[in-house]
Amino acid sequence: MLLDLILLAPFAAALVGGLLYLYDPQARREKIYSIIALTPVLLGAVLSLVIGWSFIFGETTHIESTLFEWLHVGDLRIALTLSVDRLSMVMLFFVTFVGALIHIYSAGYMSGDSGYGKFFAYLNLFMASMLLLILADNPVIMFIGWELVGLCSYLLIGFYYREEAAIPAANKAFIVNRIGDFVFIMGVALLFVTVGVNGFGFTAIEASITKIDTAMLSLIGLLLFVGAMGKSAQIPLYVWLPDAMAGPTPVSALIHAATMVTAGVYMVARFDFLYSRIPGVGEFIAVIGIASALLAAVIASYQSDIKKILAYSTVSQLGYMFAAVGVGAYSAGLFHVFTHAFFKALLFLGAGAIIIALSHEQNIFRMGGLRKDSRLLYYTMLIATFSIAGIPPFAGFFSKDAILVSLLSTGHYTLWSLATFGVFLTSYYMFRLFFAVFHARSYGFRVLKPLPLTMTVPLVVLAVGTATLGLLGVGGTFGNFLGLADIHAEADHTIEYLLAIFNLFVVAAGAGLAYRLFAQEAEPPNEESRVRRLLVHKFYIDEIYGYVFVKPLYFIASFTGNLIDHKVLGRMILLGVEGYRRAGEGFGKLQNGRVRFYTLYMLVGISYISYYLLSILGGI
Amino acid sequence: MDNILSVLVFFPAIAGLLGFVVDKGSARVYGISVATVELLLALWLWMSFDTANAGMQYVELIPLVPDFGINYYVGVDGISLFIVVMTALMTLLGMIGMSIEKEIKNMIISLLFLEMTMIGVFVALDAIVFYLFWELSLVPMLYIIGAWGGPLRIYASVKFFLYTFTGSLIMLVGMLFMAYLYNSVSGVWSFSLTDWYALVLPENYQIWLFLAFFAGFAIKVPMFPFHTWLPYAHGQAPTIGSVILAAVLLKMGTYGFVRFSLPLFPDASVMMIWPISVLAIIMVIYTAMVAYAQEDIKQVIAYSSVSHMGIIILGTFAMNAEGISGSIFLMLSHGIVSGALFMLVGVIYDRRHTKLMSEFGGLAAVMPKYAVIFGFMLMASVGLPLTIGFVGEFLVLLGFYEISPIGAILGGTTIIIGAIYMLTVYKRTFFGPVTNEKNKTLPDLNGKELTALVPLVAIVIWLGVYPKPVLGPIDTSVKALISFMHEKARSDIAKDTITLSKSVKEAK
Repeated sequence: MLLDLILLAPFAAALVGGLLYLYDPQARREKIYSIIALTPVLLGAVLSLVIGWSFIFGETTHIESTLFEWLHVGDLRIALTLSVDRLSMVMLFFVTFVGALIHIYSAGYMSGDSGYGKFFAYLNLFMASMLLLILADNPVIMFIGWELVGLCSYLLIGFYYREEAAIPAANKAFIVNRIGDFVFIMGVALLFVTVGVNGFGFTAIEASITKIDTAMLSLIGLLLFVGAMGKSAQIPLYVWLPDAMAGPTPVSALIHAATMVTAGVYMVARFDFLYSRIPGVGEFIAVIGIASALLAAVIASYQSDIKKILAYSTVSQLGYMFAAVGVGAYSAGLFHVFTHAFFKALLFLGAGAIIIALSHEQNIFRMGGLRKDSRLLYYTMLIATFSIAGIPPFAGFFSKDAILVSLLSTGHYTLWSLATFGVFLTSYYMFRLFFAVFHARSYGFRVLKPLPLTMTVPLVVLAVGTATLGLLGVGGTFGNFLGLADIHAEADHTIEYLLAIFNLFVVAAGAGLAYRLFAQEAEPPNEESRVRRLLVHKFYIDEIYGYVFVKPLYFIASFTGNLIDHKVLGRMILLGVEGYRRAGEGFGKLQNGRVRFYTLYMLVGISYISYYLLSILGGI
Repeated sequence: MDNILSVLVFFPAIAGLLGFVVDKGSARVYGISVATVELLLALWLWMSFDTANAGMQYVELIPLVPDFGINYYVGVDGISLFIVVMTALMTLLGMIGMSIEKEIKNMIISLLFLEMTMIGVFVALDAIVFYLFWELSLVPMLYIIGAWGGPLRIYASVKFFLYTFTGSLIMLVGMLFMAYLYNSVSGVWSFSLTDWYALVLPENYQIWLFLAFFAGFAIKVPMFPFHTWLPYAHGQAPTIGSVILAAVLLKMGTYGFVRFSLPLFPDASVMMIWPISVLAIIMVIYTAMVAYAQEDIKQVIAYSSVSHMGIIILGTFAMNAEGISGSIFLMLSHGIVSGALFMLVGVIYDRRHTKLMSEFGGLAAVMPKYAVIFGFMLMASVGLPLTIGFVGEFLVLLGFYEISPIGAILGGTTIIIGAIYMLTVYKRTFFGPVTNEKNKTLPDLNGKELTALVPLVAIVIWLGVYPKPVLGPIDTSVKALISFMHEKARSDIAKDTITLSKSVKEAK
């Protein structure tokens, strides 16, 4: 009952709000819209706290609720069953909690926008879809949520549809996600064909997983992971996420940082029983993760747009999560998902507040000196920056540390050293952002717009969360609670402590470099050398994709559409008709109205008949 | 009401005859009332249909030419039931949304006759009756395209007629040969499908007969490379013509495969899986590519409709319950979604008399309701979950996976390419600033259009969220069909390929 309510309330709110908006798009009813939108989300947060309470302090380990049987065809039987175990409880908690805060923040941020009602309908639909993804008890229903969050992402990126950048970015997000989704559903289909006959819930699949041989299992694992690459923006499908920043900033915070993009990590953890049997695929996942983490970190170090920097840092942090789940440290990965949701939401909401206060300025090198203007923004952003860089006691320190320990203790030394270099880069680009915005010389005179309470309260709450929630990970509390199929590789405690201290030095080095370069005079990256130009232009990956995929596709389309279909196939069919017409014309010539010809025909006919008769009679 | 099927078939025709005496001013109201009654009858049929029974229901048999075994023989099962309902629904909604004023009375009468032939095709159980309705359906459609179409309407309608007529003549030869074979085995003439089902044929006969039927069905679908008549027909047809053509007439071809080809020639069907699947996959990808290259919105929708028909073919030849049930469900969803999309193109055409994307842009701001409904149908067309489009597509791909994973993956690329061209249409038509002065004052959907479109949106969501009421009866009949084919198949390879569901196996 509780679960049904958590899921259905935002769906209903999206429907009601959307219809109300459609009924009269011009009407100004911000209050009504925010009440409709906030009620189900706040309710969800409260209910998930109740569920969380019964998990942590009670005996509950699993709640289930079946809404109805979705379809039953042949051997495929799919029920719309919602289920919460410890893994989904953690997801449920932070999605509803962070989601509620971002809804509140949006009420202030979007105030005055003509699409206010539409925005909240989309946002509610997103919450519902994300919850469906999390609560699904089988891969098909999970896929439904998986695709629907992609739809919401599309709708919200394209929210400012009159602006030039918004719609191409939205289409790009939808299509790149679709590529991943397509491969994902193929993986699901393969899974069904191999074991689906005996039920297709996660527990049923887990029970019959041993029947699948390793090669097949690896293929399934790979296909599913390609889906995760799309949703969670990993190489080579990460290209949509930076462009997705064209959407409103609360959307970037909720969908493109805290929740939706972590769906891939959640999926891998959900299939821990599958991935723990195929360590080879796990290695691949970890390599992709670290590669994405480094690539995105390098690109982030050369960007000037505050949202773009944060977007690349999201790709980078997701890479860390995949590195963890790839090597089998599921709880470490999930812990980073959890802490990341808080500090990244905080970063984005802070960035949104800065952008609003500065009348839609997004270039960090045109901000400068904000420290004096807003203490609140300064301290909340400082906490978030400390957290993502990995400075204790803030949340990011504990989760990132857990990932690095797991890489080291499972013997992935190369990955570990690359990850540590990534830590240095993270610290560098985040402090670069921080110093450029708050410390560097002020960029001219300005008046900051005051921020409404709806925007500042969520910032403070998230800052408190970011500052404290990392402690949940101390001594492995978080991981023990989750009880995932973690790989068993205990590191010596001394090594762990040494590693933590070493990491702090790395972070300090990155921060120090950023301080030297950006704390006084912040200059945007110049494009003088070839290498720098390459970096500022993000390695020209978008351009390369354009030449390799987009243009050829369009060329093939216009080739088939304009040439083959019209000129070749269309003509070929007409050839038959043409032949018939020609034959008709030919025969027509025989009947030309001249007696001479007709006499000739008669003569030929009579001769032939005479010849025939005579031959029968035996005359010749 | 044991003769409900005859009522369903002949009521529109009789009402159409009476329509000649109706006053011109009230012709439209008359037509809508008749179509409404027809839809209510169809719904009554659904409500009173025994969903647990896999066989034919409401069977009627009246001898027509006893010496040759030709009977008026009709019946309905889970496979045809919903197509009948969909036909009645789309005829009604098409009529409601219709904007034609010219010769409205003739249009209404044509539509009512067309409705008779369409429902007749889907309930006929006698090959000759089937053939009669099949060919008769060409006449009103020929008239609709030829009388209310665009500048090239005569060319398009003649092409449509000759093309499909050629195919069905070959099919007729196949039918006659089938009856001849039946006579030579049993000593009596019969054109009844149920008699034919019992006839087990050697493989070489099966192949030739399969090909003869294939000619009729494939051109109707239309399968690659016989599709070139369709874009012309759509390009010239009035909106109502395109709606009926895409929603119902094309389904005759795919329905024919399920009703005739599979149960009559199970071995040949299995042998032909590969050639047909390859054609279907080419059709899916090729027409999707062609759709991407179009400048005219209606042409994009026409080609995308062909592309989705390819998925239906793939499902039909998956030879398992998931695939075949999925393809029948997809016939319904394709009918509703492509019908709605053609109506939506008609809306903009009525206002601007152009269908070129380049003429539009920014319509989302000017016509928000239109934009939302178009968006819904677009998402259903690209198979987004929780819309009607996902269920069928997913089941078909899942079913075909068991035949060939590579084939399913190739066919499934439509998931990606479909999204690419449909989003491009939406981007260029609805988003961005309003660049064309003429578009700044376009009125949003009016009451008539909303009445036609909103029910379709509701169905798209309802059957996407809860497809079971429709899928259940379909699946029951499909399972029976598969068991029958499995029994009847002669070769081992056919028996292996035609896969019984686990529950069916256990029941045995």
